Amino acid sequence: MTHNTEWEAVIGLEVHCQLRTNTKIFSGASTTYGAAPNTQADAVTLGLPGVLPVLNGTALQMAIKFGLSVDAEVAERCVFARKHYFYPDLPKGYQISQYELPIVGNGHLDIELGDGSVKRIGITRAHMEEDAGKSMHEGFVGTSGIDLNRAGTPLIEIVSEPDIRTAAEAVAYLKKLHQLVVYLGICDGNMQEGSFRCDANVSVRRRGTEKFGTRTETKNVNSFRYVEKAIEYEIERQIEVIEAGGTIVQETRLFDPGTGETRSMRTKEDANDYRYFPDPDLLPVVVTQDDIARVRATMPELPEAKRNRFMEQFGLPKYDATVLTGEQALADYYEVVVKASGADPKTCSNWVTTDLLGALNKLGKDIESSPVSAEQLAGLIARIVDSTISGKIAKDVFEAMLAGEGDADAIIQAKGLVQITDESAIVKVIDEVMAANPKQLADYRGGKDKLFGFFVGQVMRVSGGKANPDAVNRLLKDKLAG
Amino acid sequence: MHTLSIKQLSEGLRAKKFSSRELTQHYLGRIESLDPALNSFITVTTDVALAQADAADARLAAGNAGVLTGIPLAQKDIFCTEGVRTSCASKMLDSFVAPYNATIVDKLHAPDGAGMVMLGKCNMDEFAMGSSNETSWYGPVKNPWDLERVPGGSSGGSVAAVAAGLAPAATATDTGGSIRQPAALTNLTGIKPTYGRVSRFGMIAFASSLDQAGVVARTAEDAAYVLQAMSGFDTKDSTSIERPVDDLVSGLGQSIKGLRIGLPKEYFAEGLADGVRERVMAAVEQFKALGAVVSEVSLPNSPLSVPTYYVVAPAEASSNLSRYDGVRFGHRADGVKTLEQLYKRSRGEGFGAEVQRRIMIGTYVLSHGYYDAYYLQAQKVRKLIYEDFRRAYASVDVILGPTATDIAFKLGSKTDDPVSMYLNDIYTIAANLAGIPAMSLSCGFVDGLPVGLQLMGNFFDEARLLNAAHQYQQATDWHTQRPHGYA
Amino acid sequence: MSLSIEQLNQVAHLARLEMLPGQADHYAKQLSSILELVGQLTRADTAGVEPMAHPLEMHQRLRPDVVTESDRREVFQSIAPAVEDGLYIVPKVIE
Repeated sequence: MTHNTEWEAVIGLEVHCQLRTNTKIFSGASTTYGAAPNTQADAVTLGLPGVLPVLNGTALQMAIKFGLSVDAEVAERCVFARKHYFYPDLPKGYQISQYELPIVGNGHLDIELGDGSVKRIGITRAHMEEDAGKSMHEGFVGTSGIDLNRAGTPLIEIVSEPDIRTAAEAVAYLKKLHQLVVYLGICDGNMQEGSFRCDANVSVRRRGTEKFGTRTETKNVNSFRYVEKAIEYEIERQIEVIEAGGTIVQETRLFDPGTGETRSMRTKEDANDYRYFPDPDLLPVVVTQDDIARVRATMPELPEAKRNRFMEQFGLPKYDATVLTGEQALADYYEVVVKASGADPKTCSNWVTTDLLGALNKLGKDIESSPVSAEQLAGLIARIVDSTISGKIAKDVFEAMLAGEGDADAIIQAKGLVQITDESAIVKVIDEVMAANPKQLADYRGGKDKLFGFFVGQVMRVSGGKANPDAVNRLLKDKLAG
Repeated sequence: MHTLSIKQLSEGLRAKKFSSRELTQHYLGRIESLDPALNSFITVTTDVALAQADAADARLAAGNAGVLTGIPLAQKDIFCTEGVRTSCASKMLDSFVAPYNATIVDKLHAPDGAGMVMLGKCNMDEFAMGSSNETSWYGPVKNPWDLERVPGGSSGGSVAAVAAGLAPAATATDTGGSIRQPAALTNLTGIKPTYGRVSRFGMIAFASSLDQAGVVARTAEDAAYVLQAMSGFDTKDSTSIERPVDDLVSGLGQSIKGLRIGLPKEYFAEGLADGVRERVMAAVEQFKALGAVVSEVSLPNSPLSVPTYYVVAPAEASSNLSRYDGVRFGHRADGVKTLEQLYKRSRGEGFGAEVQRRIMIGTYVLSHGYYDAYYLQAQKVRKLIYEDFRRAYASVDVILGPTATDIAFKLGSKTDDPVSMYLNDIYTIAANLAGIPAMSLSCGFVDGLPVGLQLMGNFFDEARLLNAAHQYQQATDWHTQRPHGYA
Repeated sequence: MSLSIEQLNQVAHLARLEMLPGQADHYAKQLSSILELVGQLTRADTAGVEPMAHPLEMHQRLRPDVVTESDRREVFQSIAPAVEDGLYIVPKVIE
């Protein structure tokens, strides 16, 4: 950033996170993504006359779970309120949300910055609310089509303190939050499908000043990369406006991924008058200490704790532990591999982080759909440990496993890859090789030590790569010495 | 047949004196000949009624009928009825055929429920907003006691139909007196139970924290039968109470000796017509004669109940009525080019003047800068009103007073003055704000027009109220009077 | 408390109600008299009183997270003013 020294950005993020429930927050309609338009819009979702909301208990538990995961206060009593505005994707003319008394207040999330330092980002609150539907414009002229399948899907809106100062910090916070909600099992984290969406509040101020500048809100930036670009653009834009003598207008802006720019959405004149009041169709939600304890008992080990445990228990370097605990499923996979193979944890880590993740990346698959299961990979590594095959042969076996040719043992048998450890057999090969290469033998014995590698290569070639490398080295040294 | 009580109808059906089909046809015939002058029905559901009657006759023949099976009933057109237009007396919902039944409609009419026969959907004030039944898009309802007068509202169609003998009983709803005031003006017995006693699912919302369904009938006994069948917990309504329902019918017939009745002095102050006061005080003497112990109580905040109500009810209504936007159901204006036109014209055309007034009042009191002064303050005063009742019920069992300030007024006499119309509900509103059960029953006539007295009970005291009313009706015959021409 | 025509128009706009020529004046007068009635509330002493949102001293019941609703689009859209390919049709939404 060109103005870096003079200006400072103040950024707060609002994240809408769809909860991974079976049904909507206030009705028993399914929340499955991708259904035909309006087939999941039941009477409550449509806001038909006379129907009433009843709160989904699982949605409440998920919100509590989130609160516990960020060391927040979970309210003993929270209240649903109606937020009023007219929009076609909002069926009742109001959104049921929480206003004065949200379920979660006052938590925090620690993020790691590029230089390895840790920064604490405050979480002001997280409240439960219902999602809106979608407006479709493509294929329509002068009209729009409304699909209300998404309406009523439970959300938590997670509001950060304006503690973030750069686009990179914003992305670090979002990634951390994303990892957390997926770990907790409360969100599928699918950003393309809109399960995890971000609005960015951005303002700038001269470095050293206390007062916040006027902020803009950039809506619905739906990938980590776009968040970074949108915030960077918005910071630059605001600085330019101010330096040119202009003022920033408090407004809602939309990020255009095509141009990498943000643009003003049509100013909504009644944006400030949502006329919140407690929803009289719903009663105050009471959460007891017992309720909280029950949710706490279902909390998984969180990413940070898991990473620290991996470093301690398995003696892994921080980098390996971080990669392995990036996703719950990957961490689980790794633990199975270690346990089932009985191999050195670092060896296992190398296989998982390098060979397996590399292969999955090429295949465009995630860990859940890996063609090689943790048990299968452990089976392969176990054959290295017991010297059935060499590490080099193991790579070939792994390729075959990826291609679906079966378990390691079956492939080793079928392809005759069992390592030759019988020393007399290896000596026989060495004798053959020495006999076939008299000149090289003479040169070696004449002092050309470099030729040792040549002989190793020849012996391995003739043995089809199956000769135990340690034995080859030792025996060859003896024989060549004469 | 239309003069028989519900108990007598039930016995007659069992004794095969008449079939449900005959009974239903009798009522349908009376509706056809007498309702054109009254306008008490918006929709007469002849086909549904006859099918339900036949099903009831089959149940009666098979010996698995309930006590109400085969008895006709009229539904206020605020309750959703699957496959039948549910208009709420609004142009907005003129084309709305509900895709589901209200819980009480299922309870009353389903073959596995009480098995009553639905005669039709009764006229009402538009979205239940009114005290005279003059705000209906389908035109005003006439009071069978005097066709130039209003039947009261908002359940004006329900009371006119029952008073004229077009139905033995009717469902109704009460947000600020909409069951009790019209019952008082038509010589009927009407009860609004404790908030949460009857499910609100499928009952089109006016003001959610005040709305409660109930029944209008000719006697406390008839009302007890129907209310019993309507009441009970419903998982589809978060504000429904999970608590067993008292046996209302067998609770009748107990002596009221020693019943402690409180007369709130604020309910007999200025504004009450002399004739009404006399009739109510005569009824008090009757209660004393039956053994009740009468004392004065005070509900000091009751003068604030009307202003409190006209903040809370419009606030909730403005929100509840936001869903009528011309997108998914209901009226849509023709030829709209923009979203703003769609909303403004559809709503401007679809809602009548009173509904629009209340939406605007509600919008105003919830809007930025006014919320604390109006809405929050009203909620605090609501608490004071509630506390008044709590205190009073520490020393009395039942509170007795007039239901309305006067007898039925002339059609059109108050339509231009919303505030004077609102003051009609001065005695009935407090029960809705507090959530307590309350009922009205007839206690005489002034100038040939009925006068109602109101009994208000403590939470869940429906059985006690109905028994007190029943005892009074055993000792008096006001409730047996019929309007001329409808005997 | 009286409501100016300007305030009336603002409220009508918030509530999305069309005001035809001449209506605003009439409504402003009526609403002013209603606001005068409810203005009595301001005189009540409510210091220390907890607002009462609801007559019931109960708390929210929770629903099990089980699908109970099936696809009823056809019947729901049979009462809709305008639909096409399963979508509700409105004048163009401009963002």
